[in-house]
Amino acid sequence: MSEHVLTPGGYTAPGKDKPSGNAPSGQTPGSSHGAMRRFIRNNLRDYGMFISLVAIGLFFEIMTNGTLLRPLNLTNLVLQNSYIVVMALGMLLVIVAGHIDLSVGSVAGFTGAVAAVLMVQLHCNFLVTTLTCLATGALIGAAQGYWIAYFKIPSFIVTLAGMLVFKGLALALLGGQSLGPFSTVFQKLSSGFIPEFLPKLGHYNLTSLLLGIAVGGAMVMASLRSRTRYQRNDIEVEPMPLFIGKNIAVFGIIVYLATLIASYRGLPNVLIIMALLIGIYSFVTSRTTIGRQIYAVGGNVRAAKLSGIRTERLTFLTFVNMGVLAALGGLIFAARLNTATPKAGLGFELDVIAACFIGGASAYGGVGRVGGAVIGALIMGLMNNGMSILGIGIDYQQVLKGLVLLGAVCVDVYNQRRA
Amino acid sequence: MNPILEMQAIAKRFGPVTALSDVSFSVEPGEIHALCGENGAGKSTLMKILSGVYPAGSYDGQIVFDGEARRFADINSSEALGIIIIHQELALIPLLSVQENIFITHPPGRYGVIDRDTARTRARDLMRQVGLTEDPETLVTHLGVAKQQLVEIAKALSKKVRLLILDEPTASLNERDSAALLDLLLAFKAEGLSSILISHKLNEISRVADRITVLRDGRSVGTIDCRNGPADEDQIIRLMVNRDLEHRYPAHTPQIGEKLMTVEDWSVWHPLHPDRQVIRHVDFHVSAGEIVGIAGLMGAGRTEFAMSLFGRSYGTRISGRVTMHDKPVDVSTVSRAIRAGLAYVTEDRKELGLHLNNEIRHNISLAELRGIAKNGVIDEIAELRIAQDYRDRMRIRSPDVQQAAGRLSGGNQQKVVLSKWLFTNPDVLILDEPTRGIDVGAKYEIYALIQQMADSGRGCVVISSEMPELLGICDRICVMNEGRFVGEFTREDATQEKIMRAIIRSTSAPLPISSIPSEATNLALGV
Repeated sequence: MSEHVLTPGGYTAPGKDKPSGNAPSGQTPGSSHGAMRRFIRNNLRDYGMFISLVAIGLFFEIMTNGTLLRPLNLTNLVLQNSYIVVMALGMLLVIVAGHIDLSVGSVAGFTGAVAAVLMVQLHCNFLVTTLTCLATGALIGAAQGYWIAYFKIPSFIVTLAGMLVFKGLALALLGGQSLGPFSTVFQKLSSGFIPEFLPKLGHYNLTSLLLGIAVGGAMVMASLRSRTRYQRNDIEVEPMPLFIGKNIAVFGIIVYLATLIASYRGLPNVLIIMALLIGIYSFVTSRTTIGRQIYAVGGNVRAAKLSGIRTERLTFLTFVNMGVLAALGGLIFAARLNTATPKAGLGFELDVIAACFIGGASAYGGVGRVGGAVIGALIMGLMNNGMSILGIGIDYQQVLKGLVLLGAVCVDVYNQRRA
Repeated sequence: MNPILEMQAIAKRFGPVTALSDVSFSVEPGEIHALCGENGAGKSTLMKILSGVYPAGSYDGQIVFDGEARRFADINSSEALGIIIIHQELALIPLLSVQENIFITHPPGRYGVIDRDTARTRARDLMRQVGLTEDPETLVTHLGVAKQQLVEIAKALSKKVRLLILDEPTASLNERDSAALLDLLLAFKAEGLSSILISHKLNEISRVADRITVLRDGRSVGTIDCRNGPADEDQIIRLMVNRDLEHRYPAHTPQIGEKLMTVEDWSVWHPLHPDRQVIRHVDFHVSAGEIVGIAGLMGAGRTEFAMSLFGRSYGTRISGRVTMHDKPVDVSTVSRAIRAGLAYVTEDRKELGLHLNNEIRHNISLAELRGIAKNGVIDEIAELRIAQDYRDRMRIRSPDVQQAAGRLSGGNQQKVVLSKWLFTNPDVLILDEPTRGIDVGAKYEIYALIQQMADSGRGCVVISSEMPELLGICDRICVMNEGRFVGEFTREDATQEKIMRAIIRSTSAPLPISSIPSEATNLALGV
């Protein structure tokens, strides 16, 4: 008996022999109504996030009299937010590992500047420039990660320093001037669209349309397959009506958006890059040992260490990864502006971090999903875009975004406490 | 003479667990009253009741102080009467000065503005009383443990103390400092101050105590008066440990095989104080099918020994040899130790053993992810199957394995930890306080599981502060004290008296090595 465990109420605290399973009727898998209710409750966070994204979209669609989902605007929406989404993928891992990276905006700006110097001044080709910039990002991540992982200097401090250092270096590199334009190949990175092989169908770009349908179909197929696999192994799955409803919604939304985008200029290249990265990072975080270990490190470093996980190396690698993605974000942004400016990347870190927290990541580490971070980034993007169309000034835009961030996290904390 | 304090028929329950039942004792004016008992006998709980940490109403029984029944709502209300407790872990703020620490709750001054001059003068006065000659502006962190202890006492004096309670005050002091501290207590006694001294060290107790009350399993089992002659140590030990052992441990016939793991000449030094040797040239071995217990008081070095063995998770300058199946093995990192066939079930389940927010299945697979993954990709179905299998075998009571580990009861959490380590398929399991904070029924299950592990040919090492537990389940018991093994008993041979005697006889004059402080664990784990 150890005294410190026995604080008053300690034994009535969470779940002392409260296995809720053999619990209230109506919750057994047999009754489908109860099962559905329970399933929704257990996954409230995931559904809630998705539903609020759709709700915010619909709200602005109505308020802007349909401007939001015009093909041109939708395409712009993707282009405007792609770099935030890309960086949010890296930030999610950093946050899940229990850290933070404040330097991503500066690093993005700095790599954009490096790209401009290489391409505009030194006339390097597209491939060399891109690879050099990504390597630069990796190196920066390694430099910061080294202090954080092996010297145990708080990431907040190291990356705050990095934020200043790379903002300054970008300024120095560009001599305070904007540098551009980039070669046309490079611009295609963010303003290009996938090539069209098929004849146009009316005003639709058929390749893009088909690709959209194919992706939607593939997602439905994948969830159907994992559902049957789970069922074959007697693992509880979503109740059928919920499953059907969700898949119809996902498929419908993807195909609808694909139709809209296909009717403008087709799928932007950057959307393809983004989709691939989202796929890869979802897989890595949810299905691989390295992903599992990152969650373990963020959830309880000491327990992870006593389980044989090399926690330092893992922390180091998440920062290297963050550096590479920040560099990629910087390249996409530079390509979109078609110049590198000393101001590039300013404040990106705030949007990226906000995206992760809106998406349900925990500031204490160990909790968060790639899907959530992406939805968080899209919510931020939708709000930026929608409010701009509505003519709300940048001043109140920031106020509202701040309140949404606070509100989202409050709801999350409240839900967790209740659970 | 009327007693200054009387605690009458105190009983305290934590949910289903009875911590104290019917404890009575009294302190007379100008008396040093010692409280003894094993770890978990209820000493700290009793003192927390007295000081108001557990408020009136949360326990049964009555506290009479100065002839009046008292109901303390919190620490402040007991301190107002001059009942001051000094805990084993000192409550000083390292980066504040001595003077600021002494007056931390009641600085002299007006309107919230501190009168520094008065504070300094008064602090110097109080410090002189306890024999400190430092400048009151010295930062506490710059003082050694012994002097910090004195600062605590000065702090108590500044509050007009009438009853001073010291919880293991000499646990981390050397002989000279301990002696000085005890002399100080005797000096206070001469001035009429009453004190309660909680200590494991019978030699100290018999030196200063007027009376000794022994607690066992939450009861006061006897008070020995030693004003007319020194107390008999054997009598104290008998009172401390004597109890019924039947039916609390599953019957078991060991099948002991060949020597599995041997540790030779193992030495470990303290991570923060590099001149302090925590483990001193220790030899140890465990055989297949054998359950070996390591007995000892808190701070004897048991956890430090186990953690240093398990991938150098504790300590610095570690030296020694480890062999498994007669072959030398490398245990220099946790993953190597796991690969060599070692598993360590930590004493601190919540902080070091589990990911409380994580699902049961993820906790079970964490130390052996390769077992459920192919090329780094996790087979979720396999993971689930394995977790369900362990849930059934270990009888973890939860509706499914997707439940967060933090929602389970202590006993079930421990079963998750055991599952996790069994999944690594270890040859030798070290279980550190495997039943701490677990209720009686679940303890029985854990004992049975340990015996099953041994029967499957593994070697089990059980570290426990509960001696009856060791006597109940171990085939052999090694006694550790001050970083050495000081006795070894077979199952037939071992008794609590013998173990206690081995510890007390081997306690050298300097009494160092506090229990593993959490900051040291942090340091060792690099966080």
